[in-house]
Amino acid sequence: MEASRRRAIVRDGVAVSVATGVYGISFGAISVTSGLDVWQTCTLSLLMFTGASQYALAGVIGSGGAPLAGAAAALLLGSRNTLYGLRLAPLLGWRGWRRLVTAHLTIDESTAMSVTRETREEARLGFLTAGLGVFALWNLATVFGALVGDRLGDPRAWGLDAAVGAAFLALLWPRLSTATNRLTAVLAVAVALALVPLTPAGVPVLAAGAVALGMGLATRDATDPTEVPDPEDLP
Amino acid sequence: MIWTAVIVGGVGCYLLKLAGLSVPQEVLERPSARRVADLIPVALLAALIGVQVLATPGRSLEVDARLAGLAVATLALMLRAPFLVVVLLAAATAAALRAIGIG
Repeated sequence: MEASRRRAIVRDGVAVSVATGVYGISFGAISVTSGLDVWQTCTLSLLMFTGASQYALAGVIGSGGAPLAGAAAALLLGSRNTLYGLRLAPLLGWRGWRRLVTAHLTIDESTAMSVTRETREEARLGFLTAGLGVFALWNLATVFGALVGDRLGDPRAWGLDAAVGAAFLALLWPRLSTATNRLTAVLAVAVALALVPLTPAGVPVLAAGAVALGMGLATRDATDPTEVPDPEDLP
Repeated sequence: MIWTAVIVGGVGCYLLKLAGLSVPQEVLERPSARRVADLIPVALLAALIGVQVLATPGRSLEVDARLAGLAVATLALMLRAPFLVVVLLAAATAAALRAIGIG
């Protein structure tokens, strides 16, 4: 890999780590104001380490829900990481203890920073830079947020919520090169937004996975010149 | 009870991640499975953008400074701005609008 290419991947990883990691401050603050103590809050960031799930758990408890209902919401949201793992396994090609570490670092950002790469080496560098970067900053920020709480002020005042959306868009951008992908993206946004008022938080994003499933299967019978017919399918 | 939820949720989320990485590779050898797996990040990233930019904690949709940030990010991407610039411009846009009382 060229040095300039390596630097570009690391720079992207650091950028997404900072944009996402800093949000740990708001998680730490929201979690302690939702009724979890500092240790429980920090354990969540270390052990669960998937932001949306952590927010969901704290949110349910904060609104008076049963803690185990909060855990269920977290698991529902966390199931999208299973889909990411499915995509990452052949791409990263890590086995044994490395796979166990990879699993812990499998989140939105590390997945997005690796699936857009062209080679395994680049994918691994993108995954590790974003995965380890977000892990370090997210946990540091969680401790900070939990201890200092909302005395730091509102992260929204710094536009950090808009930064996360922009980061996701920048990650999606290179994937919009084909008509199928663009249609999938549009349908996914439409389905997710339609479900926001109707379903618990997390479900709209999961439902987008169903869009990917439908689109993948719908194009199944389209003529693919690179596809070799199965001998059993021949007359 | 909160500790139970933290441990059950945390370990469960880890196992969900590991399960995806441990599915036999044969699952992805079918062309349709490969297409679905390729489309999953596209669909989920798109949905995450929509939810992140328009949804509120109260499960409603709201147009505010976040959407203005996304619009500026889109413009920056069309002009081939680097990732960090795209993210910082979106944050600066939202922060500036809120500083003057919009969004």
